[in-house]
Amino acid sequence: MAEKYFGKRQKRTEDPRLIQGLAHYVDDIKLPDTLHAVFLRSIYAHARIKSIDTSEAKKAPRVIAVYTGKDVSAKIGAVPCAAALPELKVPDHRVLATDKTYFVGHPVAVVVAEDRYAARDAADLIQVDYDELPVVMDEEKAAQGGPVVHEQFKTNIAYKLTAGEGDVEAALKSADKVIQQRILHRRLAPIAMEPRGVLARYYPGEQELTLWTSTQIPHLARTQIALMLGMAENKLRLIAPEVGGGFGSKLNVYGEEALLGWIAMQLNRPVKWIETRRENIQATIHGRGQTGYIEIGYKNDGTLTGLRYNVYADMGAYFQLLTPAIPTLTGLMLSGCYKIPAIQINITGVFTNKMATDAYRGAGRPEATYVVERALDLVAAEMGKDPVEVRRKNMPAPHEFPFKTATGLFYDSGNYEGALKKALDMANYTKLRDDQSKARKEGRLVGIGVSTYVEICAIGPSAATPAGGWESATVRIEPTGKVTILTGASPHGQGQETSFAQVAGDELGVNINDVTVIHGDTAIVQYGIGTFGSRGTAVGGTAVYYALQKLKEKANKLAAHMLGVENGPVDFKDGKFSKDGKSVTIQEVALTAYLGKNLPADMEPGLSAIHFFEPKNFTFPFGTHIAVVEIDRETGEVHFQRYVAVDDCGKVINPLLVDGQVQGGIVQSLGQALYEEIVYDEQGQLVSGTLMDYAVPRASHVPWLELDRTETPTDVNPMGVKGVGEAGTIGATPAIVAAVVDALSPFGIRHLDMPIKPETVWRIIGKKGAA
Amino acid sequence: MNKINVSVNGVSHQSEVEPRMLLVHYLREALNLTGTHVGCETSLCGACTVLVDGQAVKSCTLFAVQADGSQITTIEGMATDGKLHPVQEGFWEHHGLQCGYCTPGMIMAAAQILARNPDPSDEEIRHGLEGNLCRCTGYQHIVQAVQCAAKKAKKQ
Repeated sequence: MAEKYFGKRQKRTEDPRLIQGLAHYVDDIKLPDTLHAVFLRSIYAHARIKSIDTSEAKKAPRVIAVYTGKDVSAKIGAVPCAAALPELKVPDHRVLATDKTYFVGHPVAVVVAEDRYAARDAADLIQVDYDELPVVMDEEKAAQGGPVVHEQFKTNIAYKLTAGEGDVEAALKSADKVIQQRILHRRLAPIAMEPRGVLARYYPGEQELTLWTSTQIPHLARTQIALMLGMAENKLRLIAPEVGGGFGSKLNVYGEEALLGWIAMQLNRPVKWIETRRENIQATIHGRGQTGYIEIGYKNDGTLTGLRYNVYADMGAYFQLLTPAIPTLTGLMLSGCYKIPAIQINITGVFTNKMATDAYRGAGRPEATYVVERALDLVAAEMGKDPVEVRRKNMPAPHEFPFKTATGLFYDSGNYEGALKKALDMANYTKLRDDQSKARKEGRLVGIGVSTYVEICAIGPSAATPAGGWESATVRIEPTGKVTILTGASPHGQGQETSFAQVAGDELGVNINDVTVIHGDTAIVQYGIGTFGSRGTAVGGTAVYYALQKLKEKANKLAAHMLGVENGPVDFKDGKFSKDGKSVTIQEVALTAYLGKNLPADMEPGLSAIHFFEPKNFTFPFGTHIAVVEIDRETGEVHFQRYVAVDDCGKVINPLLVDGQVQGGIVQSLGQALYEEIVYDEQGQLVSGTLMDYAVPRASHVPWLELDRTETPTDVNPMGVKGVGEAGTIGATPAIVAAVVDALSPFGIRHLDMPIKPETVWRIIGKKGAA
Repeated sequence: MNKINVSVNGVSHQSEVEPRMLLVHYLREALNLTGTHVGCETSLCGACTVLVDGQAVKSCTLFAVQADGSQITTIEGMATDGKLHPVQEGFWEHHGLQCGYCTPGMIMAAAQILARNPDPSDEEIRHGLEGNLCRCTGYQHIVQAVQCAAKKAKKQ
């Protein structure tokens, strides 16, 4: 194939609608006669509902209906959890609270009115009589005893799970030194800029329900919501229209989605619910939420012998789709990019009176990388060695791939030293360290943090996922020669309308403007899995690639027939089949295929192909991130001097999009390291419940990011692509924390928990005096 | 209900609105200009930014009645005669957007930055965009988009 588009910084085909305000997110879709829903949510973290009086709300102007848990609990199935773990305690998660509320934001009632103002007014007229109950907030304490969240379980422990290979006990005993560290991964809010939203319409004649919902997984959501509503799956059409960001928060099935569908069927009118930002922070899944204990053993020469991570994972009150599974991903990635002969994770999943945790960009893997990178830094500090040296000492060499970890994975390909070296060269690391020594002599607090990471992407083989890890694509050439791709991966900002068109453009020799990529509508697109886990291109794109090969095979046969060389080979270049000076274009072949008058005897008319791609392994992208910071002694603020990252995501279809993914990921990491934190107080009130209190990084917080790549292809898929969606959120956090810790090392600091706020830093400087 | 007269993207509208109706809801619901998005309802994210008499304003914290008599420009009014505004071109060329939800507000804020300062530094752009949150891009491509737009505007 002629690589006209593959590897090109191609600007996106989806952008014209987005930059002109012409796209259609859920709230932009208008249907006549639409009603609006507003939820009343629990103001208590844990309370018994003694009574709910909706009579005044029902009488309010323009109100059509008010529903509570009593009205719907028997009619709508439980909110699903797809994670299967041994002896997992699964709470009965209803779409509306029934007898108790379990977290602030727990939906208690829904008001449906002619417009959203009227619905909001009426929600205030609902009287709920609550009896407050004792709350359970800290996951570590909750596991030890005290009040329980779910009475029927008599414990807050949802599950315990041990994973890993090798004799960790012996490995730690054989070490010359073992370092221990308690470590916190605070709860984070994903904050997709478009909050969740649902529009539901029922067609009584067809007995068909259409749901427009802001989701990353339209097909999986359709299956689950159809089950919740007890309806035939093929009578539910689910459409993910333009989706304004997800970051894992829309890799889920929420009670509101099923409930809106049910209401539309009850009232026979379209009904819409658009989440407010306050609701979004209260009642859309949170990420992270782990309190853990690291033990790492090493020999005097710096060789690692073993790693144990005992972790209390905060589930929240209920499970969402993948809640209990997320910490297991932490366990998978604990080897990082190092040879560690024995690894063990002991997970204690704990119920608390908070919103559920679930997949947030990286989903368990940023936690793993943070654990192992912090551990390596602690080893380096204890040994008085450069953190780079300790890393190098323990990395597998390129010839050792596929590399087997003590967490049961086979890393496909890697050149960790290559990416490290490139990053060190870009940053001029030796000079950075020299400059740092000089700065320290002047009393300046300069720190350098290095993180070498590997992540698990292209999720993933079906055997390793709860609901199928393949992806699907249909490619067809229409009679007029235009190319249509239907992808089961449902992108929401990643730019696959462009990158998939680039692949098709090269394979078929057509202009990418002649390619349309359709996704998100279950009535149009064949069943698919969705976009998450850095799988869109590596799995979804590969399905497109294989469908294109099938399509080309047929086009080739038909072209040969048209050229009168039935059995002989024909050349295909730049969209033209040729033989002996005669040629036909792929567009002419397509038209012939549809006209059906001149086909080989055994050929079906039409020109389309479908492929379901099952990957044989995950892919393992990697890289090195280097942060250089200086701390303001007066304020404790962290200022970036440099930020350098070298990422390796295999072959790259569109470097512009890869840069965008890496930059966005790094900044989410920066938020986690320095600013972001979901804070509940002791009563379970959500203190950081608005964007005033929950500190998403702004443009002025972010340094110039100096990015480059190395390219180590994978053999897991034919294009050699690995995935990059989560690289930044995985690689950057440890580098930034390490840089701040390094800056404060003259004060004897070896570890600080995130987010490292100016106040924390300022207190260290103040307490310890001049270093 | 209150009567208001506004000019939006050069078109005059006379409407009757509830005094409490937010400008963003007026634009989106009454005028069907859905390019202006709501991201937080508290003027913290900037997704709803529009220009009111040339000033970038967060339309989720202004009542429609407060805009009575004013000239409003929304994202739908930025391209003229089918030609994109330089800021829109900059965002497209430099991949200044991913999911696109913050983009209309970002573009309006960026247009305001350039109206005040045709040659802003990286730092001035970042400062000027402090009222607008983007969760996808990490802002770097947005800064480059605005720089690109500044160059394009100068050429025009």
